[in-house]
Parts: sequence; C-alpha cells; structure tokens
Amino acid sequence: MIGQAIADGILTGAIIALGAIGISLSLQILRFANFGHGDILTLGAYSALTFTAIATAGVPIGPVSFGWQFLVAMLIAALVAGSAAILIDAIVYNRLRSRNAHRLTMIFASFGVALVLRNLVLLIWGPDVHYYSRELQIAVEILPNVRVMPDQIVVLGLTFAVVIFFYLVLRLTRIGMAMRAMAESPTLAGICGVEIRKMIRIAWFIAGSLAAMAGVFLGLTVQLRPEMGFNLLLAVFAAAILGGSGSLFGAVIGGLLVGLAENLSVLVVPAGYKTAMPFLLLMLVLYIRPHGLFGTPEKH
Amino acid sequence: MIGIVSYLVFFLTVVLIFGIACLGLNLQWGFTGVFNAGVVAFYAIGAYTHAIITAPPHPLLIANLGLPWPVGVLGAMAAAALAALIVGIATVRLRGDYLAIATFGIAVTVQLITLNWQSLTGGSLGFTSIPRPFAGYFDGQLSYNIFFLGLVAAATVLVYWGLERVVRSPWGRVLRAIREDEVAAVALGKDARLFRLQAFVLGSVIIGLAGALHASFIGFVSPFDFLPILTFQIWTMLIVGGSGNNRGALLGALIVWGLWSGSGVLVSKVLPPEFQTQGAAAQSILIGLLLVVMLVFKPRGLIGEEPVVSRHVG
Repeated sequence: MIGQAIADGILTGAIIALGAIGISLSLQILRFANFGHGDILTLGAYSALTFTAIATAGVPIGPVSFGWQFLVAMLIAALVAGSAAILIDAIVYNRLRSRNAHRLTMIFASFGVALVLRNLVLLIWGPDVHYYSRELQIAVEILPNVRVMPDQIVVLGLTFAVVIFFYLVLRLTRIGMAMRAMAESPTLAGICGVEIRKMIRIAWFIAGSLAAMAGVFLGLTVQLRPEMGFNLLLAVFAAAILGGSGSLFGAVIGGLLVGLAENLSVLVVPAGYKTAMPFLLLMLVLYIRPHGLFGTPEKH
Repeated sequence: MIGIVSYLVFFLTVVLIFGIACLGLNLQWGFTGVFNAGVVAFYAIGAYTHAIITAPPHPLLIANLGLPWPVGVLGAMAAAALAALIVGIATVRLRGDYLAIATFGIAVTVQLITLNWQSLTGGSLGFTSIPRPFAGYFDGQLSYNIFFLGLVAAATVLVYWGLERVVRSPWGRVLRAIREDEVAAVALGKDARLFRLQAFVLGSVIIGLAGALHASFIGFVSPFDFLPILTFQIWTMLIVGGSGNNRGALLGALIVWGLWSGSGVLVSKVLPPEFQTQGAAAQSILIGLLLVVMLVFKPRGLIGEEPVVSRHVG
C-alpha cells in the first residue's frame, strides 16, 4: 500500500513540479501570483488533443500507449500555450504594468483571464472527458506490489529531462543570466542593458510551455477535463511556495512533496480530502517557514 | 403582472444579499487592500453554519440544532470570523500574493468539506428545510418574499451605515493609509498587520452574514450553490461598481447580477437544451471579460472612491 502511494505520489509530483516552475517564474520575474496558470495548462492539454484527433496518437511504441506523433503533439501544445501566454500578456498584463498597476490588481486580472480561458475550453471542446488514446496498457510491477503504467514512467523521464534542460538554460545561457538578474532587481537589470520587455515575453513563454507539458502529461496519465488545470492550481502554488519561490530545484522538490502528501494522505484520511492536502501543507509552510524550504527570506 | 412583481422581489433580494457580501469584500479590498480570493468560502461557511444551527434535527445528520433564526445568523458570523482569523494570522504578515493563494486554498477546502463531511453537511445532496424566519405570520409566498426583501434591505442598510461610519472613523483612515503606503503607516506607529487582520476578519463576518441570509432565503444548502464562480461574480460587482466606494459595491451588485441573470434567461430561451452548457460557459466568459476590461480601461469602476480632503483644508 505505502509503496504504491509513494510511486503514485512521485508521478503526480513530477507533473505538479512542471506547473510549479512556471508559477515560481511568474512570482519572481513577472512579480505576481498568476491564477491563470492552471488554465494555460488546460489549454495546452487540449491543443495536443486537437492534434492527436487529426493525426492520432500514433502507433504505440512498445508498451506505451502512444507513438512519435504524440511527442509532436506535445511540442505543438507547448508552442500554443507559450504563445497564448505571450498574447495574453500583450493584451492584458502589459497594459496594467505600463500603468504601474498594483501587483494585486494583476492577480485580479489573472482570475478574470482564468475564467475566460477555462470557459473557452469548455465552449470549444465541450464538457465531456477526453483521452488521447484508447490503447490499453498493462501495468508493470516495478517492485513487489508496486505497479505503474509504462506511460507514467515515460512521463517521469520526460519531466526530469525538461527540468534539467531548463536548469542548464538558466545557468549557462545569456538569457538565463538576464532572467536571474531580473529576478534580483528589474531596475538594475534594465540599467545593465537587459531588455526587460523581451525577458518578460521569454518568461511567459517558458511558463506557458512548461504548463502545457504538465497538462499533456496529466491528460495522458489521467484524463482531460475543462477544470483539470484549475483543480491543480492549488497544488502547484503550494509546491512553488513550499520549495521557495525562485528556486528551480525548490519547485521540483516542492512538487514531489505535494504529490507525496496527496497520495500518502489517502492512507489516513478519506480520499475525498486528498485535494485539501496541498492547502494544509501550504498553511504549515506559511506558519513555520514562509520563504519556503529553499528560498531566501524576502528583504524589505 | 404578479409574475413580474414576484420575479422583481426575488431578483432584488438576491441583489441585496450579494450586495452585502460585496460590501464585506469592499472593506477588505477597497479600503484596506487585502486580497480575498476565497469570498465563496466565507459565504458558504455562513450559509452552512446558519443551516446547521437552525434546521430541525435529522436522523442522518449529527448537528441540526433547530435553534432560533437570530442565533443562526450570529453563529454564521462567528464561524466566518473564526475561519478568517485562522487564515489571517498565518498570512497577514506575508505579502498580498500569499493571502490570495491561502484564501483560494480555503475556498477549495471548504468546498471539499461540504462535499465529504456527510454527517455534518449532508454531502453532495446538502440539506433542505432550513426554516424561513417568521414564515408563520404570512399566508402567501409573495407577501412573505416581500417581507424577506424588507428584512434583507434592513440588513443592507445596517451594514452600509455601519461601514460608512467605520471607514470614516480614525480606524478607517488607518486602513486607507495602510493601503496607500504601508511603510508610512508603520512609521507613524500603526500596527499594519493588526489592522489588516481586523479588516479581513470584519469583512469576512459580513460575507458570512450574506451567506446566512442566502441559506434562510433559499431554504436549502448544497455544495453546488457555492461554486468558485461566486467569488468572481462578487469581485466583478465590486470592480464594476467601484472599489473603495460602498455605494459602488451595491451598484455593482445590481448591474452584474442583472447582466448575469439577464444573460441566463437569454441562454435558456434562445439556445436549444443540448447547448445549455455552452451557454453557461458564455455567461462565465462574459463575467471574466467584464472583470478584465474594467481593470484595464476603467480601474476606478463606475463610481470610484471619493477623493478625501481634510475638512481643515481651505
């Protein structure tokens, strides 16, 4: 039982972590808590669905339920969601920023954007549950009494590949350096020649495309529903804050802890309360260590 | 004719109940700059507490105390205060984003409790037969509804009057000072955290009151009456009307609820039954767009905050 819960927790946690990196970015570089993030995730998942509906998910490779077409669908989803995020910034957030609107006004606006996005998905794709593929999969027993789907293992591997790629980008490239500078101080970064507008667009693109991948993975291992992203939002926020905003590996660890907490909670409390676990974890962190496990206390 | 009158009475009662919730949010956001992303949680806490206190005993439910209506209303307000205190103490010292996330979390949690704690809340079915106050004195539905409208109107006037007094008092001035420049307020010796916590709790109590009125007006509660969309609706009311202005909060409630129920009627009349879900989605998009458009183009709302100048000037 406990082994299975841990395995499930790690798999959910990896998906949450992908979402949490984007939230962490918006807290640091865009400087507000973006409540529209969950619905960008949904949009990404559904754009991949449209592609697989046309091109199919491909002939299954080995034990997994999809073929190479699905990986293309994933990239398309990342592109669509990343571009949508940039577009929304140009239409809404940029105007608010140029008016020097309060950070909380931005959050307000992000709730409005979330509502519009979620219901657009509902309008376009309808309220029903969707799946990428109807292929049957046989769970493999990786440890005694611990079974996982082949898809889940692939998802886990892809997640870690994406995280490491992103880490290298942030550490080694000039864009990464500019981003870290902006997280420290946008004004100072601007003086040093960092193109603030461009960096903001890149941050949106990264946050959006990572969210889309999280959405695709969630759709692959669970199912697609119009509220999938919105329902994941609290877990994603909890992970980002737990890890300490601005810390990439913090977000990953935070995601894994939230995923584990959700799945282990089922052993002690009724399963209906599973989705409240991130909130309890979040309150605990805010009481004890508000800057998160790996963050540094905010200076005033 | 009677149909129109009874609809109008019903409509106005709902507007005023939302108006009261909007006034509560206005104290938090409009005057103090405290973000509450979980309006629906405090509203639902108020409604459920009221229902549990006043509904007659039921074999399957543990609480249902069958106590008088005023006890239910006060209990609802106390429960909302307690919930606000728990969230508030953890978050007022943090930046506003965290309060937004934490209040959003309490909304999710409250919804889960209403769905899952069957022996207390009746689970997904909720429960009915919440007594309507003084119902025994009226024989007709319409005459009772008119009476209830009067009751809600009295509550609205009371809350409005109280808040107008409060925000013009020295305490209210401190709230606005904190909203405008927290550092300056702290430098003048004001404990910004304490004031923010007070405003957050008081605002939540008012939202809880609105929830209690909702429960006793509708006569039943279920988790599906308190969906996240309610938070957006009440916010949009405040932003459209003009945050920082109590009259704006009430005007916003009238306009946004008018748009919402008007578009709802349109959807149910014009669209065939198989497209009702899409119609409801379009309604939500309307609310979201309204919120964003107002924030971008008219952030002050229809009647924004009045500029305040000291009476000693000039």
